[in-house]
Amino acid sequence: MSKYVLLRHRDIPDIKELKVYQDQGGFKAFKQAVTSLDPGQVTEIVKASGLRGRGGAGFPTGVKWSFMDQNSWPHYVVANADESEPGTFKDREIIEENPLQFLEGVAIGSYAVGAQAAYIYLRGEFWQLAEFLDGKINELEKAGLLGENLFGTEYSLKIHTHLGAGAYICGEETALLESLEGKRGQPRLRPPFPPSYGLYGKPTVVNNVETFTNIPLILENGADWYRNLGTEDSAGVKVFSLSGRVKKPGNYELPFGSTYRELIFEHGGGIINDAQIKAIMPAGASSSILRASDEVLDTPLEYASIRKLGSDVGSGSVIVIDETISMDWVIKKTIDFFQHESCGKCTPCREGTYWMSHLTRQIHSGKKTEEQIQLLYDVATNIQGKCLCALGEFSVMGVLTSIDRFPQDFGREPKGSDQG
Amino acid sequence: MNDLLSKYPEEIKKILAKYPPEGKRSAVMPLLFLAQRKEGYIREQALSEISQILDIQETEVATLVGFYTLFHDGKAGSYRIQVCTDLCCALRGSEDFLTSLCEALEIKPGETTLDGLVTVEEVKCLAACDKAPMYQLQGKDGISYHENCSVGNTLEMIEELRESGTQKQEETK
Ligand SMILES: Cc1cc2nc3c(=O)[nH]c(=O)nc-3n(C[C@H](O)[C@H](O)[C@H](O)COP(=O)(O)O)c2cc1C
Ligand code: SF4
Ligand code: FES
Repeated sequence: MSKYVLLRHRDIPDIKELKVYQDQGGFKAFKQAVTSLDPGQVTEIVKASGLRGRGGAGFPTGVKWSFMDQNSWPHYVVANADESEPGTFKDREIIEENPLQFLEGVAIGSYAVGAQAAYIYLRGEFWQLAEFLDGKINELEKAGLLGENLFGTEYSLKIHTHLGAGAYICGEETALLESLEGKRGQPRLRPPFPPSYGLYGKPTVVNNVETFTNIPLILENGADWYRNLGTEDSAGVKVFSLSGRVKKPGNYELPFGSTYRELIFEHGGGIINDAQIKAIMPAGASSSILRASDEVLDTPLEYASIRKLGSDVGSGSVIVIDETISMDWVIKKTIDFFQHESCGKCTPCREGTYWMSHLTRQIHSGKKTEEQIQLLYDVATNIQGKCLCALGEFSVMGVLTSIDRFPQDFGREPKGSDQG
Repeated sequence: MNDLLSKYPEEIKKILAKYPPEGKRSAVMPLLFLAQRKEGYIREQALSEISQILDIQETEVATLVGFYTLFHDGKAGSYRIQVCTDLCCALRGSEDFLTSLCEALEIKPGETTLDGLVTVEEVKCLAACDKAPMYQLQGKDGISYHENCSVGNTLEMIEELRESGTQKQEETK
């Protein structure tokens, strides 16, 4: 058996081939679900496993599935393969190398919520991946593993791919649904949430690629098995995308409860030129940025502990900053990104990211006066809590935490406490 | 006369079959990609053709071209080299890569080489942050990723594009 749950191609290289995947037990879980479990039973197993969404918000997956409105039909499933957060590149590897496990997860999820159609929304740049998945879906239909009356039952399922066209905001689930409906990808007001009002106004489950990819082995090995891989707080395993100033950037699958020290220094080989590590961005450009103190490096990686430190596991996109980098440059880059990607629907985010972009550029180009820094801080504080979706809220995290936790980089006196 | 429909009848049928009748409009982005396929940008005429196929307003189609960065309404070089200079790639030298590449091609970011072959552009994260410097090559036949790049091998790649372009021209003569 592979030591991996998700990146199984690392020791079973041809697992993307249907025959190899089936030799490894592939599609047994789906068949078993369809032929001998009620949809509700599948949802209960996923609930009991403690699996939480891997797209960023960490919402319990089984609980989300149980929210589907049973009085409104048809139901839909959407796999979120928009993957556009700077520092995130795990879903791409999963789809490229272990596509059948992902597709089986989508299939099981669809059965559990009674959906007969599922869409995989991929960022437009994943054009080749979509073609590749289309080929795999085709093969599964020919093998009788997708399509009409599966395994001699009443249940039928079609999976389709759909390409976005370059817009980070389409990763936000309601913007994604708008985009999938053929409109501009701008978030909807919530509530209602997708499980009651989703694609074409029908109940819809949206889950991340990695979330779905966990499902087949949870069914095969049981909820307890999965739970026991992680910690009390955070069940199972997570793929961390490690990037920035490390010697060996890449995806690393680790059980929850591992530490940043293990991730960065054992797996990632340490810092380029053995420089001093300075900061960690745990969740891509959207991160609250942490000072890489010993306490932070040795804290178990799990949802609750990272939150206690003042950040979030998010999608597990760990960007490492070393002593050669100044934080005023880092926030200039992140704000550049958010300003470019703001969908423009609400004023605090549209205007706020524009202003912050202007200010961070000035500050980076040397205008580090106290007034400028305070103005940036005030603009950021004013955006907080006023945005229609999380993009606007994310945009200020890096700014506020950088100024708070790395005052020297902004020409301010260092503070005493560790995380500001 | 609907050019798009007569050019790609099979493709369009396949696209429409993916969505339920009440969700026909979902086909608009796939159709825009189709319209962009041969020339690398979307002609105004295609907007009205798509609106006819889907029974929606032409402005509803046009607004998408402006919203999404992968749709182009203007001609650029035959190929777009889109270098990621977002945070993680920049931490691994992609800004220097872009500068040197542009110097070698004697253009600035955003410009097209004199022969009209390539436009070099800066883009945001492409989900390849561990393989910087990297770029995507956007051409008539789609998008491909090029990772762990050097200026040297990028210039070689451009040379190959140039040669294959000349070859094709000769074939059609
Ligand atoms: C601005 C923004 C971008 C997002 N991008 C993604 C993304 O690329 N992929 C993803 O799975 N979730 C993304 N999300 C989270 C989704 O809204 C949603 O929570 C997630 O797809 C649910 O799946 P999960 O429960 O399996 O995590 C994004 C959220 C926001 C606010
Ligand atoms: S917060 Fe920003 S991205 Fe979100 S809806 Fe408002 S303008 Fe759009
Ligand atoms: S930052 Fe360049 S690919 Fe992610």
